[in-house]
Amino acid sequence: MRNNLIVSGSPHIHKKASVSRIMWTVVLSTIPAGIAGVIIFGLDALWVILAATIAAVSTEWAFELITKRKVTILDGSAVITGILLAYNLPSGAPLWLPVVGAIFSIIVGKAVFGGLGQNIFNPALVGRVFLMASWPKYMTTFPKPFSYDAVTSATPLAALKEGKLLEHIPYLDLFLGNRGGCIGEVCILALLIGAAILLFKGYITWHIPVTYILTTALFIYVFGAKQFFHGDWLFHILSGGLILGAFFMATDYVATPLTIKGQVIFGLGCGLITAVIRLWGGYPEGVSYAILMMNAATPFIDRYTRARIYGT
Amino acid sequence: MKTLIKEFTKGIIRENPTFVLVLGLCPTLAVSVTVANGIGMGIAATFVLLGSSVIVSLIKDFIPGRIRIPCYIVIIATFVTIAEMSMKAYSPVLDRALGIYVPLIVVNCIVLGRAEAFACKNSMASSFFDGLGMGLGFTLALILISGIREFLGSGQLLGHTLIRGFEPIFVFGMPSGALLVIGLLLGFFNFLKNRKT
Repeated sequence: MRNNLIVSGSPHIHKKASVSRIMWTVVLSTIPAGIAGVIIFGLDALWVILAATIAAVSTEWAFELITKRKVTILDGSAVITGILLAYNLPSGAPLWLPVVGAIFSIIVGKAVFGGLGQNIFNPALVGRVFLMASWPKYMTTFPKPFSYDAVTSATPLAALKEGKLLEHIPYLDLFLGNRGGCIGEVCILALLIGAAILLFKGYITWHIPVTYILTTALFIYVFGAKQFFHGDWLFHILSGGLILGAFFMATDYVATPLTIKGQVIFGLGCGLITAVIRLWGGYPEGVSYAILMMNAATPFIDRYTRARIYGT
Repeated sequence: MKTLIKEFTKGIIRENPTFVLVLGLCPTLAVSVTVANGIGMGIAATFVLLGSSVIVSLIKDFIPGRIRIPCYIVIIATFVTIAEMSMKAYSPVLDRALGIYVPLIVVNCIVLGRAEAFACKNSMASSFFDGLGMGLGFTLALILISGIREFLGSGQLLGHTLIRGFEPIFVFGMPSGALLVIGLLLGFFNFLKNRKT
């Protein structure tokens, strides 16, 4: 008779969640924004997304094969890196741009640190910032929504920065995505559907996104106009990559603080940096830089918000 | 003679100042935008290193231990001034490109490090070869880094376009690109070293 009484150490209660399960759910939650991007910008957007994803997965596969590590391409983390990178690119980008960006994301953003769980920065944002610094020409040429050809238009934030935002864009257009911008950031509705899936599943908590968005909004409201307390905060929430960044990239498990207090600090910092770059910085948009800077600060936040051991 | 050759060759790979000792990164980061700048900086630093190592090893017995660092600095500064003035006279373009980083060789960690760690304990001949080897190692490291950066950052090598239609990766021409290239090369050389042992 086999002994079924197995004595083992804690934990005794398991949840079905695993790395790959969570990652594939995140992939699922990004699909609405991708569909919206393809509807708004046409098939070009789909090619960019596919190119980035395939390049990310094959880079990870090749790297792990060459360095003789366990091949982890099926856990979905490379897929999500590729998708998020593509969502941060304009749909009119030449197809080598997402490929180079994805290779850089995986190698420099993730693999050199030791793979998933070791990366100090969000890999997709590392790729985006690299592309932004290397080929600003391609990264800031945005096709016009629903035109499906080579007509370009500035993003609302870029137009605002250059003082060319003459007419007021209706909030509903911003919400549904009828504006120039990167593939995945334009349709706020689709992004919120994806975010709701993640929140409902409990894979992300509200702390980082909500503090992030609220801090940005508050700061813009106070300092965003010539007079105090007259800033157009709703415009700033709905334009740029704030929603995409707050829900999908500032909530990266690896590169963000562990405790709730730390996550709130993380969100506050991201919001502050984003608002400062948008209002007074050289770039029209600061979400990616804000998240990367706070990623760099995460070890310190973790150190100072460490939970007290019970009983001490 | 054998030891002299050993002193000379150790600076090139085994104790390369940039990749193994990780000294003198400030000028390395700053001037490695083009290969021409890298070679110019390498030659200037080698000259200073050679001169200061020889002089320090010659007068090491007369310098009181407590004030040795100021003495080294005076010796090094003399050679840096010679290097800077000759560069201004014979190669004004290079001088403008390198800018403040030529006078800053005075406080270059490699030069002071070799004076403090080697020249003040060894004979003139071995100090000479040590300085030469270290200078050559520094120059080679600069050529490697600046070669990668110039090719990727502007698509050129020594001012000649290599591949037509290559879209330069601007980031490698910027300071962040220098940090990236040096970091990856350091990792690569450490990887090679670990694999050997």
